[in-house]
Amino acid sequence: MSSTHRLEVKNGDIVGALRTLLQAALSKEAVRAVLAPRHLPMKAMVMPALVARADQMDGVDPLAPCFPMNAARIASRLARKPMGVRWAAVLRPCEIRAFVELVKLKQARMDEVILISVDCLGAFQNKDYIRFAGADPPAATVEFVRRTLAGESLQPELAPACRACEFPVPPQADVHIGLFGGDAEGALPVEARSAAGRELVDALGLAPAEAPAARQAAVDAFVARRRATRDEMFARTLAAIDGIDKTAAYFANCINCYNCRVACPVCYCKECVFVTDVFNHEPAQYLEWAGRKGALKMPTDTLFYHLTRLAHMSTACVGCGQCSNACPNDIPVMEVFRTVARHTQQAFGYEAGRNLEEASPLSVFNESEFPEVVGISRRSAAG
Amino acid sequence: MQDFEPTIVAFVCNWCTYTAADLAGTSRLSYPKNVRMIRVMCTGMVDPQYVIKALLQGADGVLVSGCHPGDCHYINGNFKARRRIKLLKEILPRFGFEEERLRLTWIGASDGIRFAEIMRELVVQLKALGPSQANLAMAI
Repeated sequence: MSSTHRLEVKNGDIVGALRTLLQAALSKEAVRAVLAPRHLPMKAMVMPALVARADQMDGVDPLAPCFPMNAARIASRLARKPMGVRWAAVLRPCEIRAFVELVKLKQARMDEVILISVDCLGAFQNKDYIRFAGADPPAATVEFVRRTLAGESLQPELAPACRACEFPVPPQADVHIGLFGGDAEGALPVEARSAAGRELVDALGLAPAEAPAARQAAVDAFVARRRATRDEMFARTLAAIDGIDKTAAYFANCINCYNCRVACPVCYCKECVFVTDVFNHEPAQYLEWAGRKGALKMPTDTLFYHLTRLAHMSTACVGCGQCSNACPNDIPVMEVFRTVARHTQQAFGYEAGRNLEEASPLSVFNESEFPEVVGISRRSAAG
Repeated sequence: MQDFEPTIVAFVCNWCTYTAADLAGTSRLSYPKNVRMIRVMCTGMVDPQYVIKALLQGADGVLVSGCHPGDCHYINGNFKARRRIKLLKEILPRFGFEEERLRLTWIGASDGIRFAEIMRELVVQLKALGPSQANLAMAI
C-alpha cells in the first residue's frame, strides 16, 4: 500500500531539496527531531547529528559519500526507550537493515521513529573521503551524485563494502526517496511505504505522482553490476580462507584490538566475552601451548575471536563494511564476514534486515528440521 | 598415519548421553580412550564458541550429544543445539575444517551400547580423516 509523491528540485540542487523537505518536517511539527548525516562545521567530515531546530539544517547532507560509522547504533540509543514524540532518522539502507536487526534483538523500538532513506550510491573509506571532499565538501557531494548517476567510474574507488552492496534501496523504510530514474524536470520520487510514512508525506503536502517509468530499470541495472562485483568478491574470499594456514595468514596482522567488534552495528553485547578475563589465561598455560607447538604466536585466540564473532553475529550481518573501516591494520574483515554470513543466512532462509516479522534464526527452532546435521553416518564418497 | 590417535572432545548432556556413558562403564563395555568428555547440563548450553575453541586448541573432532527430540529435560534445549550445530557446519568448512569434525548425536540414557558404538565409529572416521590442520598451525 505504498504511494508515490513528487519532491521538487530547484536548479538541480538535490541536497537542497532534501534539506527543505527535512526542514519542513520540523517546522510543520510532523516530527520533533531529525537524525541525519551533517557536515561538521570544523572539519571535512560527516557525522550523524540530531537536528531539533529547522534553522540548523544547513550542513545536513544525506548524500555525502562519507560513512564514518553505522548510525544504526546511534539510532538505537535514541530508540531504546520511548521518548513520547515522533522523530525521523535519515539512514543508509545498510543502517536501516542493521536497525531492523537491533529491533529484533530488543535493542531498539520501531514505534516512534520514521525511517527515511534515499537511494544509496555508496561511500568512500574515511581517508579517501577526506581527499575527495577537498576544500568544498558540499560541492563534492553534488559532483559525486552527478557522476555516479551518469555511470562514470570514480577515483578513488568506493569502499569495498559499497562496491559489493546490492542494496541501494532498503527492503524496509517508512519513506524512500529515489535518485535513479528522476523525471525531466529533475523532481525526485518520494515513496511512502507505511502508514507513518504516508502521514509524514501528507503533512508535508507532497503532491501525488506516478513512479517514474525509467526508475525500476535503472535500479535493476545498478544492482546487477553490484551483484557481479559481490559474487567475484565471494569467490576471491573463499579461496583466500580455504584452510587454517590461509586463514591465519589472512588475519596475520590482527592485534586483537576488537575495533571491528566495536564498529559492528549488530554486535550488541554490553560485555563481550573477549574483553572479560575468560581468555586471560594462566601464564603457565601459554608456556604449555608454546612447548607443545614449539612456538606460539602472541596474542593468542585471534582466529578464535573472529570465528566466535561469526558464530554470534553473522546471521545479523548486513555487510556495511564498518569492520574493515575500523581495522588499524587494513585487514579486509568485511569480505570474510559478508562471505560467511551469506552462507549462514542462506542456511536458515534468512536475510538480515529484510523484514521485521522474520525471527532471528538463533532465537527460534522447529521440531523437525536439519536432519542432515544429526548422526555420524559417513558421507558418500561420490563427487 | 598409522600412529595417529585422534582427540575427541565430547560435550554430553547430564540427563541422557552422560548417563549413557555411565551405563557403558558400569556395563563394562569397552570403547576407545580418545574421547574427553565434558558434562554439561544440557546441549542447549553449548555455546558455539566452546566448539570453536576445542577445534582450534587441539581437538581433532568435537561431539555434541544429548537427549532424543522430545526427551530434553529442559523441554527444547536439544532443538536449540541443533540450530547452533547447523550454524557451525556453515561456518567451519569455509575455513578448511572438514564437516565431519563436528558431530551431533542423540544418545538416550539407556543407550550405553549405542554410546560405545558411536565412540568406536568416531575414532575410525577421524583416523581416516587425519589430524586437524589447526594442531599444526603455529598461529591461531
